[in-house]
Amino acid sequence: MPAWLQLMIDSFWPLLRAGLLFTVPLTLITFVGGIALGFLLALGRLYGPKPLVALVRFYVWLIRGTPLLVQLFLIFYGLPSAGITLDAFTAAVIGFTLNVGAYTSEVIRATLDAVPKGQWEASYSIGMNWFQAMRRIVLPQAARIAVPPLSNTFISLVKDTSLAAAVTVPELFQAAQRIAAATYEPLILYIETAVIYLLFSSVLSALQNKLEARLTRHNQQSGESS
Amino acid sequence: MIRLAQIEKRFGQQVVLKGIDLTIDEGSVTALIGPSGSGKSTLLRCVNLLEIPQAGTLQLGAAQINFDRHHTPSRQQIQAIRQQTGMVFQNFQLFPHLSVLANVMEGLVTVLGWDPARAKQRAGELLEKVGMSHKADVYPGTLSGGQQQRVAIARALAPAPKVLLCDEPTSALDPELALEVVAVLKQLATEGTTMLMATHDLRLAANIARHVVFLEAGQIVESGSSQAIFTQPQQPRTQAFISTLTHKAPDNWEI
Repeated sequence: MPAWLQLMIDSFWPLLRAGLLFTVPLTLITFVGGIALGFLLALGRLYGPKPLVALVRFYVWLIRGTPLLVQLFLIFYGLPSAGITLDAFTAAVIGFTLNVGAYTSEVIRATLDAVPKGQWEASYSIGMNWFQAMRRIVLPQAARIAVPPLSNTFISLVKDTSLAAAVTVPELFQAAQRIAAATYEPLILYIETAVIYLLFSSVLSALQNKLEARLTRHNQQSGESS
Repeated sequence: MIRLAQIEKRFGQQVVLKGIDLTIDEGSVTALIGPSGSGKSTLLRCVNLLEIPQAGTLQLGAAQINFDRHHTPSRQQIQAIRQQTGMVFQNFQLFPHLSVLANVMEGLVTVLGWDPARAKQRAGELLEKVGMSHKADVYPGTLSGGQQQRVAIARALAPAPKVLLCDEPTSALDPELALEVVAVLKQLATEGTTMLMATHDLRLAANIARHVVFLEAGQIVESGSSQAIFTQPQQPRTQAFISTLTHKAPDNWEI
């Protein structure tokens, strides 16, 4: 067996393990947290009083306008100076959640807005209140529209979590760096790492397609593409 | 009974309804006619508070609201009115993610808290009434416009409202599909359903409505029995408008 193949096989499990223990949980936790935050931000932006709308816009402007890496460094290396010390994983979760929240709030705002106003009126006309109309009528339709753009965010997030290596989270990319430094084989290690990221993203894309098919089944029945 | 008194509605500086007085008896069918922008749709939407008037009084059954531009009615007041009304929209507005049956059940289960089995039975009966029970399990996107509107009528009737409000119910349909919707509404009228409809469709206004109200620029110009309004309109403005519609009038009417 060639040495490079042997190295790939030997390092596969440590890499995959780092991915499963840190990359995947970090992705899932921050995605769910980010969507929840993004939903609240979108509600504030769409239906909140003026000061709240301004606050949400400011937040989105701030987060989108600064690099994620800088935000992570601020939280992990900067905050201890202000007396707030977080462990690396927690710092990464907070940083990524704040970031994903800002981006997804714009997606969620647009998709909620894309549901025709007449659907709200139809809901009100059968006696529903705002919460019932949102939960039963508007949100299910918005969710369907939101799947492709949110899946984009999700898949970007899988890869962006490699930035957590810079704040000492022992995730997939950091594991690769460690092994590459010890074996002096960066080419092989980083190719292998790329393949594992590709594997994770592919599984997620497949899940996206499934979810999308499920949420749009009422359209497929009529043979329409819209 | 529905009673509107001195209803005034503004959008910004524009006054859309200028002191509308209108009484609708139980079991009667009233058509609101008038040129586009006359305020007939707005008036209809004021009855179920999709638009909140700035002044006037709305009375529906036991519920009554006195409007005041300085404070909006409470949620309870709005719900008390809405739960006594059903509405049919020009563009149907069925819920696309729910089956036909689920569309009709939705209000009963979510709003009134009915047991799903009971709601399903009531929804089935209503779909039967509008001739749509064979499509109960499909999604609205697969139906023709006329079929969608019939389902929308069943959905609006599900909570047994005191009045059915129809906003241009046939305007988005070709004449043939409109006919099946007219037939359903006519049947409801003979069964004593109270209806208030904004329409340009002479078949609806002349054949189903007993009363016709002609609106222009936010005011009632003339009102009366449908035959009187269509055959002997008193006001010049009404005469001019009617003459644009009546080339489709029933043959036995002398115009």
